[in-house]
Amino acid sequence: MTTLANVSLDPAGSPLPQPRPYDVERIRADFPILHQQVHGHPLVYLDNAATTQKPRQVIDALIRYYECDNANIHRGVHALSQRATDKYEQARKTAQEFLGAEDCREIIFVRSTTEAINLVAQTYARQNLRPGDEVLITAMEHHSDIVPWQMICEEKQAKLRVAPINEAGELCLDEFERLLTGRTKLVAVAHLSNALGTINPVRQMIAMAHAKNIPVMVDGAQAAPRLPVNVRELDCDFYAFSGHKIYGPTGIGVLYGKLALLESMPPYQGGGDMISSVAFERTVYNKVPHKFEAGTPDISGPIGLKAALDYVSRLGIENIERHENQLLEYATNRISAMAGIKLIGTAKHKAGVLSFVMEGVHPHDIGTILDQQGIAIRTGHHCAQPVMERYGIPATARASFGLYNTKEEIDALASGIQKVQEVFG
Amino acid sequence: MAGLRDLYQEVILEHSKVPRNYREMTGADHRAEGFNPLCGDRFTVFLHMDGDAIRDISFQGSGCAISKASASMMTQILKGKSRSEAEKLFRKFHDLVTGRAHPSETEMGKLAVFSGVSEFPARVKCATLAWHTLQAALEGQQDAVSTE
Repeated sequence: MTTLANVSLDPAGSPLPQPRPYDVERIRADFPILHQQVHGHPLVYLDNAATTQKPRQVIDALIRYYECDNANIHRGVHALSQRATDKYEQARKTAQEFLGAEDCREIIFVRSTTEAINLVAQTYARQNLRPGDEVLITAMEHHSDIVPWQMICEEKQAKLRVAPINEAGELCLDEFERLLTGRTKLVAVAHLSNALGTINPVRQMIAMAHAKNIPVMVDGAQAAPRLPVNVRELDCDFYAFSGHKIYGPTGIGVLYGKLALLESMPPYQGGGDMISSVAFERTVYNKVPHKFEAGTPDISGPIGLKAALDYVSRLGIENIERHENQLLEYATNRISAMAGIKLIGTAKHKAGVLSFVMEGVHPHDIGTILDQQGIAIRTGHHCAQPVMERYGIPATARASFGLYNTKEEIDALASGIQKVQEVFG
Repeated sequence: MAGLRDLYQEVILEHSKVPRNYREMTGADHRAEGFNPLCGDRFTVFLHMDGDAIRDISFQGSGCAISKASASMMTQILKGKSRSEAEKLFRKFHDLVTGRAHPSETEMGKLAVFSGVSEFPARVKCATLAWHTLQAALEGQQDAVSTE
């Protein structure tokens, strides 16, 4: 695989190659799973906010690791262990570069965004919350950015505060700023809402919080695959994303944390690899990031994730963003023009997600009828029950786009919705 | 699309649009709430028992076409039935929608229209939510019954 970095080292000194037009057919050829029939129709996969499909490059990296390099890391003197360790640590470097972090020690491998949030709740928040303190989140958070904070707040007799959203699904920034007080010890916010598609003004929110010395954790599960992210430009204190939502394997995620913060935090779990020395009287913990990676980790996960991040970087996250924006605009125009359809989430700044309800038809029925036409969407509350509550609906149907989706697939979605209307007449 | 027509039979669509016995029952002596956390379906089933007999039954709530039609037809068929008849019907209905029994074997009358559900495993919980809720109401459970 050619990477941009390799090309830029061209001895002729030529600049980066001419950008190729975004060739979606060529991209689709990299994803074996897309080329199948479901219920007698070509698969139209529009559930990318739930999980993304994996390119051949990721699948091959996993196979190569298990066929050639598998060994435990950070301990063996033998060749395989060294190779496995090198690959694992190279993946950390790739994740660091992908997020624009300053130091690869700021990258901690976890299972998922959910685990990253739990880690920060159980270490940083546990250490810093006192009775009467507050954690501030927004009304559009995923359950995984609500429940870990509720758990630690309950334990520490702290309060969870929620900044409201308006009818379009945008954060009420004034309200958010008003809720930042001397009692606020941490802010947690989604960069991009999974249920509504809203892009939050995280840079501005972080500046507001920092003006009051409040650290901010950003849930980047939906943003990392769709928007350019630079943690140094954002100046966020923590940033998390999941491998499986960015065309990598399940079971691997990344937590970025500012080095000084990570060093000040107690370990998350105890075990091997997170220690420097162990005696029954006293254990000395390892340095970051290893302090937070107890036990034999998922080794193939970071290796698959590296292949995924390389793939995304080769296409260019800006190009992916542009492609998905075109799809979202096209889908928004087509679907919202259909009779009886109401979009849920109409923020000015949106990406990747089209949530909707249909008059007289429950989203679950929409999902079944679309599935019969080979179209995969998500229906339900999207692990965001408070968002559903906000709009007074039990659920929505959600189409979410990925780097391999096409306008033709959105046409298929539109005809699929027409079929729903025929069935329900 | 044969499967779809089996699932969304006219009778089911009609019941989902105009559900029967869809009301809160004042003076209910049994009630229970049922919830499917996967799709957000939520129903309350109300019972007025006369000894062992179901004198009146009604429901309220929100859900998909399958769950609503199932609740509607359940209330229709159970009015006047005994508690043990209701429990027996639930077992038969469960066998029907999970494909363990053919409609002809189950003597279910009108409920046979739900046989198409067996082709859609993800929808079995929709079809049985009201029945699970009924069972909870009969057993006098206080907490909301969940399909998970």
